[in-house]
Amino acid sequence: AEVEETLKRIQAHKGVIATMVVNAEGIPIRTTLDNSTTVQYAGLLHQLTMKARSTVRDIDPQNDLTFLRIRSKKHEIMIAPDKEYLLIVVQNPCE
Amino acid sequence: IGHPEIFPLVFTTKTQEIFNCRVLEDVTEENCFKLIKKEDIIQDLKTRAAISDFHPVKKVVLEYPGEELLVVFDANFEYGQNFYLIASEEAKENLLKPPEATEEKEEEKEENEEATLEVQPYKPPVHKPWVSLGSEKEVEDESVKDTVPKIKYRISRVRRKFGAPITFTDKNASHVKDSYIECTSYQDKAFSIKMLEKNIGMQMVPKVREASTQTKWTYPKNAATQYFPRELSNEEREKSLSSEKLKEFFTSVHLRMEIALQQNEIMNAFFDDWKALAEDESSSGGKPDVYLKAYQSFTDLHYLKDRTISCVCWHPTIYGIIAVSSREQLFYEEEVNLSVKSVLQQSVILFLSFSDTIHPQLMLECPEDIYCFQFSPSDPNIIVAGCINGQIVLWDISQHEENLQSTKPDADGVKMSDTDTVNPSVPNVLQHNCMSGTDPPLVRFCTVSSIQYSHKKPVTDIHWLPDYSEANQTDATFEIKAGACMQLVTCSPDCSILFWDIPATKLSEQPSSEKVREQEIFGMPLDVPDTLNPLNLCWKPLIKINLCESDTNTEYSPVRISLRELHYQLKTSEKMQSLNTREVPAKESPYLEINTPSSKALKMLKNISASFFVGTEDGEIVYSDWKMEIESDLAKTVSQKCTVHSETVNTLQRSPFFKDIVLSIGGQSFAIWKEGVTTGPILQSSCSAGRYTAGQWSLTRPGVFFIGRDDGNIDTWDLVKKTYEPSHFQNISKSTITFISPCVASPEQHFLAVSDDLGVLHVLEICQTLSAASRNEHANVLDYFEREVKYLKHCEEEFQEHQDFQAKTESK
Repeated sequence: AEVEETLKRIQAHKGVIATMVVNAEGIPIRTTLDNSTTVQYAGLLHQLTMKARSTVRDIDPQNDLTFLRIRSKKHEIMIAPDKEYLLIVVQNPCE
Repeated sequence: IGHPEIFPLVFTTKTQEIFNCRVLEDVTEENCFKLIKKEDIIQDLKTRAAISDFHPVKKVVLEYPGEELLVVFDANFEYGQNFYLIASEEAKENLLKPPEATEEKEEEKEENEEATLEVQPYKPPVHKPWVSLGSEKEVEDESVKDTVPKIKYRISRVRRKFGAPITFTDKNASHVKDSYIECTSYQDKAFSIKMLEKNIGMQMVPKVREASTQTKWTYPKNAATQYFPRELSNEEREKSLSSEKLKEFFTSVHLRMEIALQQNEIMNAFFDDWKALAEDESSSGGKPDVYLKAYQSFTDLHYLKDRTISCVCWHPTIYGIIAVSSREQLFYEEEVNLSVKSVLQQSVILFLSFSDTIHPQLMLECPEDIYCFQFSPSDPNIIVAGCINGQIVLWDISQHEENLQSTKPDADGVKMSDTDTVNPSVPNVLQHNCMSGTDPPLVRFCTVSSIQYSHKKPVTDIHWLPDYSEANQTDATFEIKAGACMQLVTCSPDCSILFWDIPATKLSEQPSSEKVREQEIFGMPLDVPDTLNPLNLCWKPLIKINLCESDTNTEYSPVRISLRELHYQLKTSEKMQSLNTREVPAKESPYLEINTPSSKALKMLKNISASFFVGTEDGEIVYSDWKMEIESDLAKTVSQKCTVHSETVNTLQRSPFFKDIVLSIGGQSFAIWKEGVTTGPILQSSCSAGRYTAGQWSLTRPGVFFIGRDDGNIDTWDLVKKTYEPSHFQNISKSTITFISPCVASPEQHFLAVSDDLGVLHVLEICQTLSAASRNEHANVLDYFEREVKYLKHCEEEFQEHQDFQAKTESK
């Protein structure tokens, strides 16, 4: 229930196109997009997050990845990683 | 035996007899000596030569100096034989005498021994003569003696030559003859040794070379392939959704996410300041010399001479094709009474192409002079036109579409001709142009509306309307492709607005017998598509709207009309540039059978917004709604009018960028209206010296429009720059400009077609500054309009206040 609420709140932000929750193996658990797009996003972003996290930790083992933002021409993808899950939000910038 | 004088001899008995030395007779042990005469021995030797016993000592005997030789009988065989010879006299003497001597000596010795030692008297050594024993030869050999006497030389030189300076030179010995004698070596054959056998040692050595290779990993191969993405089943999802871990995850994560989201909302991170700066710079930078460059101009001696061009339309899809309609030149007074018709010449709509400026590509036959015409936006092969007598005409040029397309030039103006396999009946384009004097194909109209039900006065404006949904025979509604245009609206100075429909079917299941029958009835020529035959001269409008004020009973004579839905045209024209082929119509043809007109009309009207602008003959702008009255074909209108222009409104056009902004041009001024603002135009130009005769919004820049004048000038108004005067004007022709039509042929080429009273069509190219919109021009122009609206309101309020004030003062 709380989870639902939080998700709804995030989704209601201005410009948010999609929200996804992905588990540690890259399998989407919860999404607002259609299946094929979700699977594509989940697979690619999961690998990217793993790579980013390993990069950060290679440089300094005490450090860890807290947030990953990918800005592209059309929108911005924000990934919040945690021990077991990933929260992915795609947002359109305000014009 | 060591003793050089003793020679052992063997005496045979015979010899003994001869020399009287018979053993034990003559010689005994005590008397062992025998002297033999040398001569006797020699005689013996001579007589008995080899047998003689003296033979071995022959030489000694011969050399014996004495006369008698001693022979001694050796009884003990001391010397090996029974006799021995003494070779020397001394020895003989010694032997003969010594026994006496020794006897004597022995006696003496015995005597000496008996007596005491007598001291021998010292005798000094007696010098003896040297006996040579052979050492003299050795000494002589070893000594060094001069074998040759030495030669002595004495050399002298003149004294003055001593110590004198001298120069030395080098001289090669070989240059001077006989300066040297050499002993060259030569191969002496006597000494050459031929080597017949040679010992050679050989060893096999393996040649070793080091080399190395490395295989290249040319392409990465997937070690594993996954065909389906892994997904969780619904139960698993539910389980993980409700797990505690997820909740914890969310509590820890959502704050970060919300911060990030808010950051994006606050500021646009994608805004590129550099780019924005650059664009502003370029727009205010240098002015081009000529804003409207003359590109081409067209005229036709047959059809356009002495005629005025009434309407110009660009072909929506094919680049470089313009259609032009013309009509009689009428003087101003006659324009009012348009009953005069002198159809001396067949009037046509000409299709002109960039590739060929002299010959038109296609001609559409018209029953009367055409006042205005339009391509159908959904199907560019359908053209409708309004005639001078109030009828409307429809053409279908799909047969000639290939021809038109093949004449389209590429951007350089070089003509390309497609292969003729598609339509072999169409003559080769090149051939066609070579044949001068051949007329371009003449297309007869498909349908003409019925005279009874058309307008009474010339159709001055005609527009296509989009359909959003239409009911078929079974009353099931289905969505037609957006933009499929089926319906027309026309207006005419006879105070009416008519809505028309294109109802014919194009289904191929139409039985041929029916076709034949219809042909017989109507006697139509064969090249007209059969499908639209039934309507010929029977075409009736769907709805007729009378523009009259219900209360004051004044009638308006609309010359131009502008409906809100006409916007679709401009949207598809943007897409047009990327589409080169027209869309293939779906199997369920958009064209359907006629139904009861009224029900359709009702539905249609419901879909169109009820408000519209109308420009009238008297220079008024009327803004109306219509209300449907059910069960009647007529609709009533509620309108607001405003008189702005001094003369007939000749242009009423909505802005392509703003749906509620309308430009109206008439007489000596123009005005910009906003829908909803009823007090007046938001911008009205001052009266200008000449008349404005034509005008159009620019298709690419929101604040730019072009106005044509009666002196042949084109004024370019740029609302962003100046609103009180045109930003640029340019003279195009000598006579009145009758129509302007812009076109965006490609992102680089923007054209403006300008037609004038002399029957000449000028095509101008719009320069970049006039065609490229700057980044925020849209926003700027919008701002401007809003400001104007506010100003108007403010004025209105002030006026109202003033009026109130006046009323108050009067009442007092």
